[in-house]
Amino acid sequence: MAETAAPATTRQKDLSARVSPAAQLRSAFETGSLRGVVELAEVSFLTMVGLRVDRNSDAGQRIASVTGGLPAACGGVSGSGDTTVLWLGPAEFLVVAPMEAHESLGGDLIQALKEALAGGEGQVVDLSANRTTFELTGPRARAVLEKGCSLDLHPRVFKAGTALSTEIGNIPAILWKTRDDSYRIFPRASFADFLGRWLLDAMREYASPEVP
Amino acid sequence: MLLISCPNCGSRDETEFHYGGQAHVAYPENPNALNDREWAEFLFYRDNTKGAFAERWLHSTGCRQWFNMLRDTVTYEIQAIYPMGTARPDAAPPAPESGTASTAPDSTTTGTAAPSIAATSIATSSAPASTTAPEGATK
Repeated sequence: MAETAAPATTRQKDLSARVSPAAQLRSAFETGSLRGVVELAEVSFLTMVGLRVDRNSDAGQRIASVTGGLPAACGGVSGSGDTTVLWLGPAEFLVVAPMEAHESLGGDLIQALKEALAGGEGQVVDLSANRTTFELTGPRARAVLEKGCSLDLHPRVFKAGTALSTEIGNIPAILWKTRDDSYRIFPRASFADFLGRWLLDAMREYASPEVP
Repeated sequence: MLLISCPNCGSRDETEFHYGGQAHVAYPENPNALNDREWAEFLFYRDNTKGAFAERWLHSTGCRQWFNMLRDTVTYEIQAIYPMGTARPDAAPPAPESGTASTAPDSTTTGTAAPSIAATSIATSSAPASTTAPEGATK
């Protein structure tokens, strides 16, 4: 019978055995990235928590005090410090926090959210392994995304600090514009390989000089 | 391609949505009292309307919420979008918050009123309506 609770001393070893969903593409991302044009990288193992709660209920208010607010409408992003909450639906949110916030690394975010929900109506679910994170940056990042996303990504419409769930390269994903020319893409883990390769392919043309 | 105005997210491509069939098909009050034919009709028999048709849609890759839509099956014109559980609105001229699809009367070969030219394409030229689109959503 295997040990279910690993002793603290083996924690470091366990973490090194983790494989992120797009780990096999790491070197491809490095060679495919074009410095100062468009760069792609996987940000692995971010802590993500799925929230289902009515933001106007008591439980919603308590959770908002933990996360630093819950966004009110489509595209909304709220949060405080490293913890960010993305709007997914009228009563559905995704909390994105650094890897260290996960309880396996000694973080207390998920526990705090569960305690805030208490007996209230809703759910707090650890979804850290559900999605991985791609970071697409650079002046050509929008052009790359526009090849496979039907949203209007022009900065006058899609402003920094908004996140929308949509399709990118026919893959359902959440697209979060963190800054100008900087996007975070959250595909489900099983789609990460495809979407990573798709993005690399979309980036390839910018390696060559522009044909007038 | 239809441009569907999700009540939560604003106008999005049709590919983000899933079709849910005819709306307002009520579950029988006492299913045990139904004979096989009535049960089969509840399960499988749906209207095949030519013209305004109330149907359910799911914004599956967006907010994952269901809503009802009154759509013309001939012209593809979206006449109304209304929440689940509410009664079907009267087939009226397009409400201002809907109508992201074509309003062109000549976009079909089989219109009852004006079967005009033999245009086969379904025009989906979108009116820049969508006053309900939230900040950051696309047109």
